[in-house]
Amino acid sequence: MLIERKWKKWFYFYIPMAVFIVFTLFPFYWMAVTAFRPDGELYRTWRQANATPFWTLEPTLEHLKGLLQTTAFPQWLWNTMLIALVSTAISLVCGTFAGYALARLKFRGSEFLGTAIFITYLVPQTLLFIPLADIIRDMHLGNTPWALMLTYPTILIPFCTWLLMGYFKTIPKELEECARIDGATRFGAMVRIIFPVAIPGILSAGIFAFTLSWNEFIYALVFMSSAELKTVPVGVVSELIRGDIFFWGQLMAGALLGSVPVALVYSFFVEYYVTGLTGSVKG
Amino acid sequence: MVVAGGAAGAARPAERMRISGMKRLLESEKVLAITLLTPGVVILVLFIAYPFVMALWYSLTSIRVGDPGHFVGLTNFAKAWNDTVFQLAFRNTVFYTFWATIFKLALGMWLALLLNRSFRFKRIVRASMLLPFIIPTVLSAFAWRWMFDPTFSVMNWVLFHMGIITDRLPFLSNGDWAMWCAVVVNTWRGMPFFAITLLAGLQTISPDLHEAAALDGASAWHRFWHVTWPLLLPVTLVVVVFSVIQTFSDFQLIYVLTGGGPANTTHLVATYAYQVGVASGLLGEGAALSLFMFPVLFAVVWFQLRYLKRMEAH
Repeated sequence: MLIERKWKKWFYFYIPMAVFIVFTLFPFYWMAVTAFRPDGELYRTWRQANATPFWTLEPTLEHLKGLLQTTAFPQWLWNTMLIALVSTAISLVCGTFAGYALARLKFRGSEFLGTAIFITYLVPQTLLFIPLADIIRDMHLGNTPWALMLTYPTILIPFCTWLLMGYFKTIPKELEECARIDGATRFGAMVRIIFPVAIPGILSAGIFAFTLSWNEFIYALVFMSSAELKTVPVGVVSELIRGDIFFWGQLMAGALLGSVPVALVYSFFVEYYVTGLTGSVKG
Repeated sequence: MVVAGGAAGAARPAERMRISGMKRLLESEKVLAITLLTPGVVILVLFIAYPFVMALWYSLTSIRVGDPGHFVGLTNFAKAWNDTVFQLAFRNTVFYTFWATIFKLALGMWLALLLNRSFRFKRIVRASMLLPFIIPTVLSAFAWRWMFDPTFSVMNWVLFHMGIITDRLPFLSNGDWAMWCAVVVNTWRGMPFFAITLLAGLQTISPDLHEAAALDGASAWHRFWHVTWPLLLPVTLVVVVFSVIQTFSDFQLIYVLTGGGPANTTHLVATYAYQVGVASGLLGEGAALSLFMFPVLFAVVWFQLRYLKRMEAH
C-alpha cells in the first residue's frame, strides 16, 4: 500500500477538503445567519467597528414571521410541492412505459425514437419559452397549475426514459419469460413482474425529477402571473423585492424555508439520488 | 331492481370479451410498444417539437404581444447580428460557458479524487457536497447576491480585516467583475455534479492499476495523468457535454445575480432574449435571439451522438 507521511496527508487531503467544505456550505450558513439576524445588525456596513458578521447575539424570528404572515409564502410552498409531485408522477408513468418499450420491445423505428427522445433531453427551456407561453395561453392553461404540471414533464420524461431504459436492460429477460410460460400476458408480466423489480430505478428517477421540478424557474416565471399561484423561486424573486428595495432578512428566510423541503427529501434518499444523477448521464 | 340487475349481468360478458380482445392486441409487440410510448411522445411533441417549430416561425415574423405581425424574412436575425448589446451577450455567454466549465471540471475532478479516499464521515461529507446542486438555483443565487452586496458584503469585510484590501471590491457593480462573479457562482453550483459523476467513474477503476504504477515508480501526478485520466475520459466527455448545454443556455443565475446589469453588460443570450421577448413584448425578435443558441447546442449534441455511436461500435 501507499504509505503517507502525516504532513503530506494534511497538505494533500485535510486542507483542500476543508476549503471545499467551506466553499460549498458557506452560502447556506450565510443564508441561515441572515434569516435570524435583526435588521439593526443586518445593515451595518462592512467597515463599522462593531460588525460581527459571522454570528448574531440576538437571533430573531421577525423575518420568518413577516414572511409567513404578510406574504403568500405558505401558498407558494404548497404550489411548488403539488406541481413537483404531479409532474414527477406524470413523468414516471410516461418514462417507465417508454423506457420499457425501448429496452424490451422490438419494433421498427425504436432506435430512431430513442435518439429523438435523447435529443429532446438536450433542448433547453430557454429556447422554447417564448412560443410556449402563447401555446399555453391558447390551450387556456395560462396562469393555472396545469401549465407547469404539463410542461415540467418535458424536462423530466427524457431523462426518466433514458435512466429506466438502462435499468430495464439490466433485468434478465428470463424473469419475464418464466411469467409468460406460467400464463401471464405480456402486459401483466411487465406490470407485475418487471416493474416491481425496477422500483429502485423508478425511485432514483423520481427523486431526481422531484428536485429538478423544484428548481425550475423560467417556465414558472413566464406562465404564472397571479401572486397566489406562483412557485417558491418565482414568488421570492417577484414578490419579496418591492421596487428596488431588497428585504434581505425576509429574502434569506424565504430562501432557507424554500430549500428545506427539497433538502429533506434529498437527505432521505441520497443514495437513490446519486444513482439517478450518475445514471442520467450514462445512457 | 330486477331490470337493472339484468342489464348489469348482460353487460358483463361483453365487457369481458372487450378486455380479452385488448389483451390479445397488447400481446403484439408493435401494438404494446405504440401504447406504451404514446403518452410520453404526445407530451414531448406538444410541448417541445411544436414550440420549437413555432419559435422558428416567430423568428421570421414581426409578431409582438397583441399583434400577430407578418412575415419579415431574416430581418430579426439581421437586427440581432448588428445589436451591440446582443453581441456582448453572446460573447459573455461563450466566456461564461468556457471558464465555468473549465473550473467545474478541474475542481470537480479534484473533489472527486479527495472523496475517493476513505475517511471518517465520508458519507455525510459527500451528501452535503451535493447541496449546491439540489437547492433551487434562484434561492442560492440570492444568498450569493447578498454576499456580493456593495455595502454589506461579508467578503469585503473579511478581506478588509485580513488587510488585503483597503477599499471595497466592486463585485457586481462593474461588468467585468460581475461576469467573473457569475462564473464563480456557476462553478459553485455545478462542481458537485462533476465531482459525484466523476467519483462514480473513479470507483470503477481498479486500485491494482494504481499500485502497479506506483511500484513502477510513477509519481502521484503521473498516476493521475497516465492511468486515471484516460480511463475517466468517456465519463468526463459526457459530463462536459451536459454541463456545456446547461451553462450555455443558463438563465436563472444571471437573472437573479445581476439581471443583466450594470447597463446591460452581463446579459447572456437567454436573459437578453427574455428581456426583449417577454419584458418588452417583441416576441419575434426574442425568438430570433434565443435561436442564436441553437447552432452551438446543435454542434454539441451532434458531437455527443457521434461519440455515443462510436462507443457502441466498440
